[in-house]
Amino acid sequence: MKKSYKIDVDCANCANLMEQAAKKTEGVKDCTVSFMTLKMKIEFEEGANAAAVMEKVRASCKKVEPDCEIFL
Amino acid sequence: MNQKQKKLLFRILMAAVFLVPLYLVDLGIVKLSLPRWALLALFLVPYLLVGYDILRKAFLGIRNGQVFDENFLMTVATVGAIALGEYGEGVAVMLLYQVGELFQSIAVGRSRRNIAALMDIRPDYANIEEDGQLVRVDPDEVEVGSVIVVQPGEKVPLDGVVVEGSSNLDTAALTGESRPVDVGVDSPILSGSVNMTGLLKVRTTKGFDESTASRILDLVENAASRKSKSESFISKFARYYTPIVCYGALALAVLPPLFCMVTGIGMEPYASVGALWGDWVLRACTFLVISCPCALVISIPLSFFAGLGGAGSQGILIKGSNYLETLSRVKVVAFDKTGTITKGNFAVTAVHHSPFDDRKLLEYAALAECHSSHPISKSLQAAYGEPLDQGRVTDVEELSGHGVTARVDGHTVAVGNDKLMSRLGLESRPCHHVGTIIHVAVDGAYCGHIVIADELKENARRAVEELRRAGVEKTVMLTGDAESVAKNVAQQVGLTDYRAQLLPADKVACVEELLARCGGGKKLAFVGDGINDAPVLSRADIGIAMGALGSDAAIEAADVVLMDDDPVKIAKAIRISRKCLRIVKENIVFALGVKLVCLVLAALGIANMWLAVAADVGVMILAVLNAIRCLAVKDL
Repeated sequence: MKKSYKIDVDCANCANLMEQAAKKTEGVKDCTVSFMTLKMKIEFEEGANAAAVMEKVRASCKKVEPDCEIFL
Repeated sequence: MNQKQKKLLFRILMAAVFLVPLYLVDLGIVKLSLPRWALLALFLVPYLLVGYDILRKAFLGIRNGQVFDENFLMTVATVGAIALGEYGEGVAVMLLYQVGELFQSIAVGRSRRNIAALMDIRPDYANIEEDGQLVRVDPDEVEVGSVIVVQPGEKVPLDGVVVEGSSNLDTAALTGESRPVDVGVDSPILSGSVNMTGLLKVRTTKGFDESTASRILDLVENAASRKSKSESFISKFARYYTPIVCYGALALAVLPPLFCMVTGIGMEPYASVGALWGDWVLRACTFLVISCPCALVISIPLSFFAGLGGAGSQGILIKGSNYLETLSRVKVVAFDKTGTITKGNFAVTAVHHSPFDDRKLLEYAALAECHSSHPISKSLQAAYGEPLDQGRVTDVEELSGHGVTARVDGHTVAVGNDKLMSRLGLESRPCHHVGTIIHVAVDGAYCGHIVIADELKENARRAVEELRRAGVEKTVMLTGDAESVAKNVAQQVGLTDYRAQLLPADKVACVEELLARCGGGKKLAFVGDGINDAPVLSRADIGIAMGALGSDAAIEAADVVLMDDDPVKIAKAIRISRKCLRIVKENIVFALGVKLVCLVLAALGIANMWLAVAADVGVMILAVLNAIRCLAVKDL
C-alpha cells in the first residue's frame, strides 16, 4: 500500500533527513520525500496499520528535524 | 511571503535596528563608556532575537544525536566569537545567516509556485446529475461509465467521451499548446483540460487514478524523487562534509596553538598565551561559518526541480532528474517513422498526368472506391472533401490485389495499381514520387495517377535541423516501411541514416547495435509515438514518447513524455537539460571553489568573520539565483 502525505519542512537537507528517518521506521517499506513538492510518499509493509505507522514516522521525523510537520 | 517568512523578516529588521548602534559603540565610533558585561548583555538582545530558533535546533539536534548540521555550525561559530569578545561579529554572523535563510525560503517558495502552476490540473470535484440537480462529488467516487457534467470554466475531472454538447477546450496545462481544441459529441476528452465555452456531458471511460490528470500529477510528483547523480552526490557529500569540517575546525583551534606552545615557534606576534589561543579559536569559528554547505544542498536540487518545472511548462514531462542528466548527453537520436516524423495518416499528396481537372479525377476515384473500407479509399474521400452521392455509382467490382472498377455517371472508371492497368491493356506511367500510386482509367483511357503518402510533419525537417544544432551527431530512422519510402523520408528530413523493413523485434536489435557503437558517455535517445514501441523505448538510454497524451502504455514505458506531437520539442528537451546541467555544474564549481579559497584564507588568519559570512550567504544567494535560471526555458 502506498500513500502520499503533505509535509512542511524548511530545507532540502532536512527533507533528506526525514526520508532516512522514515525509512528506518517500523512498518515502512520505502519512503521518498520530495522537498520541492513538499510530499512524502510512503510504501507500507504488508498488513501495517497506516495511521499507527504514520504516528511513529512523524515522531521519528520530529526527532531529526524539530521544525518539520507531516499532515496526516 | 508567508507568515513564517514575515516573522523572520521582522526579527531580522528588529535585530538590525538594535545591532547597528551597539556595533558603533563597540568599535568606539560612538563614545559611550559601558562595562564589558553590560555591552555583552545588550548585544545578546539582538542575538537571541534573531537566532533563538537556530540555538534551539542546535540544542535539540545534540539531544537527539543529530549533532552536525548547519544549525550546530552557526551556533558554535557565533557563540565562540562572542565568548572571545567579538560581540559585533558574532551577532552579525547570525543575522546575515538568517537573511540568507529568508532569501532561500522565498526563492524556493517562488519556484514552487511557478511549478505549481503546471500542477494546477488537479480536479477538485465532479458534477453528477441527480434528479435534475447537479451534485458535486469527489472525482475519486465517480464510477467508470457514469455521465458527468462539465460546465464552462470548469476543469474536466475525468477522462471520457462527450455524449452531449460541444465546446472549446483549453489544454495548455496538458500540452503547453495554447490553441483551444474543439470538441463535440463522441470526442474523447482528457481530464485536466479546461472547458471554455459550452456545457458538456461526458461519459467517463476511466477512474480517477487512471485519468490523465492524475497520471501526469503522479509523474511530476515522482519526478523529484528520482534523483540524479549530482543530487545523490551532494546529499552524500553533505553527510560526510559537515562532520569533517567540524573536526577540521577543532583541529585548527587546538593543534597550531599547542604546537606553538611546545616548540615556541610563531609565538612572537602574540602578547600572551591567551591571545594565541583566542586567535586560533576565532580562526576556527570563521572556518565553521564558511564551511556551511547550504549553498550546495539547496541549489542543486533546486536547479533540477526548476529544470523539470520549466520543461513541464513547455509540455515536456521528464520523469526524473536522472533522466535530465542523461538527456543532456544524448548524441544519437533514433526515430520511429510513423507518428514521429510523419503524421501516420495517409493522404493524397499529388495528382499527375490528368487530362481533366485534378479534382475531377479525385472525384471519380473517390466515387469508384466509395464502398471500400480500405484506408486508401478513406484518403481519397478525405482529399475530395465533399459528401459522395453513392447513387452515382453502379456495377462496382473489386478485384483483389488490383483495385476497383465501377460505373460512375455512366462512365466506366478503373481505379487501382499498375497491375490493374496492364490487365485492362493500358500503359500506366510510373511516378517519381514515393508512396502508394493509384492509377485511374476512365472509359478505357489512362487518365493519370494519384499519389498517396504518409505526410511529413510540418516541423520534422526543422526538428532534425535543431537536433543537429543542439550537438546531436547522428539521427537514425527505424521503420518497417519499404526501402524506397524510408530513403525518401530520410532525405527529405535530413536524417543522417535510416534502417528500413524492420519488424518490431528488429528495432530493439537495431537500437542495441547503435547503443554498442555509442560508448564514451554518449547517450542514445529513442523517439516513438508509444504505440508498439514500448520495448524499444525502455531499451534505449532514454525513451521519448511523442503525442503521448492519453496513451497509458507510452507514459509507462517512456522516460520523457512529449505531450503534443511536435518533434521540435525533442531538441528543446535536450537544450533544457543541457542548460540545467550547466547551471548545476556552475553552482558546484562556484560554491565549492569560493568555499575552499575562503577556508584556506580563514585557516591562515587572513579572512575575518565578515568575509566568512559574505562567502557563505553571498555564495548561497548567487547559487540560488543561478538555479532559478533553469525555469527560463521558453525561448530556448
